[in-house]
Amino acid sequence: MSHTLLSTILFLIFVALTLVLVIRASRSNKQSSDFFDGGASFSGFQNGLAIAGDYMSAASFLGIAGTIALFGYDGFLYSIGFLVAWLVALLLIAEPLRNSGRFTMGDVLAFRMRQRPVRTASATSTVVVSIFYLLAQMVGAGALVSLLLGITDPVAKNWIIAGVGVLMILYVTIGGMKGTTYVQIVKAFLLMIGATLMTVLVLWHFNFNVSDLLGAAVKNSGNASLLNPGQKFGKDVLDAAGNPDIFHSIVSKLDLISLGLALVLGTAGLPHILIRFYTVPTAKAARKSVNWAIGNIGFFYLMTIALGFGAAALVDRVSLLRGFKVDATGCFIDANGKAIADASGTCFNADSLATMGADLKKLLVPVDLSGNVAAPQLAEFLGGGSGSTGGAVMLAIIGAIAFATILAVVAGLTLASSSSFAHDLYANVIKRGTATPEQEVRVAKIAAIAIGAVAIVLAIAAQTLNVAFLVAIAFAIAASGNLPAVLYSLYWKRFNTRGAVWAIYGGLISALILLFFSPVVTGTPTSLIPLVGDAPRWDLFPLQNPGIVSIPLGFIAGWLGTITSNERNVQKYAELEVRSLTGAAIGKAVQH
Amino acid sequence: MSDPQHDGIWEETQNSPEFKELKRRFRSFAFPLTIAFLAWYFLYVILTAFARDFVNQPVLGNINVAFVLGLLQFVTTFIIAWLYERHSSSKLDAPSEALRDKVEKGLGK
Repeated sequence: MSHTLLSTILFLIFVALTLVLVIRASRSNKQSSDFFDGGASFSGFQNGLAIAGDYMSAASFLGIAGTIALFGYDGFLYSIGFLVAWLVALLLIAEPLRNSGRFTMGDVLAFRMRQRPVRTASATSTVVVSIFYLLAQMVGAGALVSLLLGITDPVAKNWIIAGVGVLMILYVTIGGMKGTTYVQIVKAFLLMIGATLMTVLVLWHFNFNVSDLLGAAVKNSGNASLLNPGQKFGKDVLDAAGNPDIFHSIVSKLDLISLGLALVLGTAGLPHILIRFYTVPTAKAARKSVNWAIGNIGFFYLMTIALGFGAAALVDRVSLLRGFKVDATGCFIDANGKAIADASGTCFNADSLATMGADLKKLLVPVDLSGNVAAPQLAEFLGGGSGSTGGAVMLAIIGAIAFATILAVVAGLTLASSSSFAHDLYANVIKRGTATPEQEVRVAKIAAIAIGAVAIVLAIAAQTLNVAFLVAIAFAIAASGNLPAVLYSLYWKRFNTRGAVWAIYGGLISALILLFFSPVVTGTPTSLIPLVGDAPRWDLFPLQNPGIVSIPLGFIAGWLGTITSNERNVQKYAELEVRSLTGAAIGKAVQH
Repeated sequence: MSDPQHDGIWEETQNSPEFKELKRRFRSFAFPLTIAFLAWYFLYVILTAFARDFVNQPVLGNINVAFVLGLLQFVTTFIIAWLYERHSSSKLDAPSEALRDKVEKGLGK
């Protein structure tokens, strides 16, 4: 049996199993508000697994392993930032949020503010962050499927993306929060098992000697600096004459710090993560769920070391890198642009790749540096290698798990944005709080279908975009637009409507503007609009990640808006503060 | 709770010594710890960016200082989560629940 068929069968089993769970969950929904918070009936342990399932996306599993496989140590920086970020959520956000909100991030932001402007801003930011994150996952799904199932036909790829979109709409509209939570729990469980299996096999291969694993990774990659930071982020740049280029080195290092800032502060501003705290009944359970999540997520990110360096050590470099630079005639070229040829002068191309000697293969220049297939390729190797039954089985299992990973995350994102649309925009802005719970749920379901449809169309159009780029935008916007407003809301007595609105739009818009003028969009060969020939460029802002500027701007805008407005809400703040620390009147709507 | 007759209870509770003590116990633990772990995280990021000679030094076999620092971030994250859990369950949960019952009684539930 081919791995393609096996992979498809395993994935269909996952879909069937989760659909049964989702339908059963929908039957146990007692009241309409269960759609948004799952009846707030999950235990800390269940929600901890669901948080892990919601959080560990394709970027975590495929992206980090791939980045470590190609750039070594620097991929590990992602793992650390993504984990440490959970302490912000644990110490400052999870419990007070559970105590003072009901369904959305907007509940807490608008608690003591004028409802319409704050909820509009909150819903805007929720939908923008979620759509970027959704796009990243769906583009990732398309890339994964074409590599795993060997589907290169663009039409077939579009159908796969559409299929993912339809499934996520089904999960959300049928099962609501409860169903989505079950999908995420099952996925977290499968991902942990798959990653643990691969980690044990990798370590076994090196007799559980991590130093030997790292040494083999250096040797196989041919990069003596693979274990040192600076292969991808914070590079020590040299100028044309080979001397240290101080300016560009500093820019690159600031970029690294900016990325670190976005990673560590972004998590606690992601709407689909924040609403997970509402699925448990008490603050204590919210705290326990973050602790379980930290345990799971930390263990998983530790395993990315074995997965990434395992791929670097064991997977053939050429297959790891897939595409290579070619000249106009399709011949592979080396770093100097010279065609790579055998002794007789015949150049090598994609068809003769297999016949290339190891020495010549080293000359190849990779063009696709995403490394997204490193983990599945490692799985194939660990199972016995390409062509073996064991290899096909392992590849199929890991491929199906990766796909399940994406599906669970997109369902969570769709739920977060449709909840915010229904609860913040429809119920509180358009209907000014007069909508019935049934109307709210109906609007949420319609919104889920609409958002899913928009995501399908955008993802099909955005297939050439880099997945990591889209995730970086989502994190940077979440850290700039949401986190300052959430922190001020919970802890600053003076904070008011104008402050909240300025904090959200200030952070959101500055992050988007800086990104637009960054090398991510123009000015480099890997930009959105690649620098080839006389392509236009407007990369006025030198950093790839805007966080180091836009996050402080979000905080400053929130402060400035607050102090320039006379609005005071001492009574409401008393209620918020008492509720957030004691859980009194938990889950009850604030009336205005 | 929007009942005007109960509106005073929130401010009343906020000004009570029990609540002030609960708030102090929470903030005096969570805020310094947040500053500490963020400082430690950014020290790590800044060292990997600017102190390459230091972080590239081997410690054990192929494991260098950068790996040790990175793994220490995992260790401190786990320890801080455990410390906070211990502090909350021994110092915060009981007074918080007592206050909650008192407020909800006052609200007429």
